[in-house]
Amino acid sequence: MSEEKQQVSRRQFLNYTLTGVGGFMAAGMLAPMLRMAVDPVLKSTSSDGDFVNVGLAVEDITTTPQRVDWQIEQVDGWYESKPGRSAWVYKDDKGDIIALSPVCTHLGCVVSWEGNESHPNEFFCPCHDGRYTKDGVNVPGTPPLAPLATYEQKVENGILYLGKAISRKGA
Amino acid sequence: MLQKIYDWIDERVDITPIWRDIADHEVPEHVNPAHHFSAFVYCFGGLTFFVVVIQILSGMFLTMYYVPDIENAWRSVYYLQSEVAHGQIVRGMHHWGASVVIVMLLLHTLRVFFQGAYKKPRELNWMVGVLIFFIMLGLGFTGYLLPWDNKAYFATQVGLQMAEQVPIIGDELKVLLAGDDEIVGAQTLTRFFAIHVFFLPAALFALLAVHFILIRRQGISGPL
Repeated sequence: MSEEKQQVSRRQFLNYTLTGVGGFMAAGMLAPMLRMAVDPVLKSTSSDGDFVNVGLAVEDITTTPQRVDWQIEQVDGWYESKPGRSAWVYKDDKGDIIALSPVCTHLGCVVSWEGNESHPNEFFCPCHDGRYTKDGVNVPGTPPLAPLATYEQKVENGILYLGKAISRKGA
Repeated sequence: MLQKIYDWIDERVDITPIWRDIADHEVPEHVNPAHHFSAFVYCFGGLTFFVVVIQILSGMFLTMYYVPDIENAWRSVYYLQSEVAHGQIVRGMHHWGASVVIVMLLLHTLRVFFQGAYKKPRELNWMVGVLIFFIMLGLGFTGYLLPWDNKAYFATQVGLQMAEQVPIIGDELKVLLAGDDEIVGAQTLTRFFAIHVFFLPAALFALLAVHFILIRRQGISGPL
């Protein structure tokens, strides 16, 4: 063995081996913990397309928005509950059913149809005076930057079923 | 790259002496298993600490899913065991580690006892070690209740009745632990949780620091 060929000293070799073995052990220890911690990110999101009977017959839907409240089944880890959902439902000029989410796109307050006397024919948010026209499009110059979300919907046996709220692009 | 970052910091803060002080010290020949294989008995203290580190890490991750509430404690444990990826492994580490740490601690204690390593000037470190032993037992006892299953519940009933047998302050001690003079329930669980994850670990860290500082100041006791 010549001096030139000895590029790795005994001390270096031991250092590398020990660091490697130690690192392997540490990784083996930490990997399951980290995998457990990131599990919610990697879990596939479930329950899309779950339509719920909101207890409203299609024939009862008018051209004036009416508020409907219903409950959905929610499984949150180990906790099962039935949180409430609500929507403003009406028929537009073509007779199509529109179901708008009442959640203001500004900061998440709840809007009401004609919630303010000085703004008739509009949805109104009491928190920061946000306004939306009847089709849910935000009025320019008021705080919200996007229209109200619309619920996925289907009609079965003349009864309205609503699914997930789909947010719309800013106007 | 890493070397550059290290140099940048070292140039300003001079950290090399700090870690050299902690990590770079000679192991006496009689403590080195490479010289005398029987020196492996000196590993038990370090192994105890290694398992403690596993306990701390796995415990930290378990609290991401665990709730200390009588309605949800068992369900959250069940959820993390059956639904969360690797949850079973991490809880397994914490479960088995809790026993292994006591075993290692006892072996370490036996080594120190039979080698007479506790003798002057190291009596104080022996006393600190005994306190650490009690803290560990406390961690085991309080952690046992947390899954809130039948075994946990009745073990804690027994444990609390043992506390009640303490002379003079027994009754008060039991209420202090259980949070209620009759019920072992919601208040007991939150108490045990707080003791298990905040109070005892804090005491443990302080005592471990003293334990390690003392051994570095006094050095390992000489060969038999």
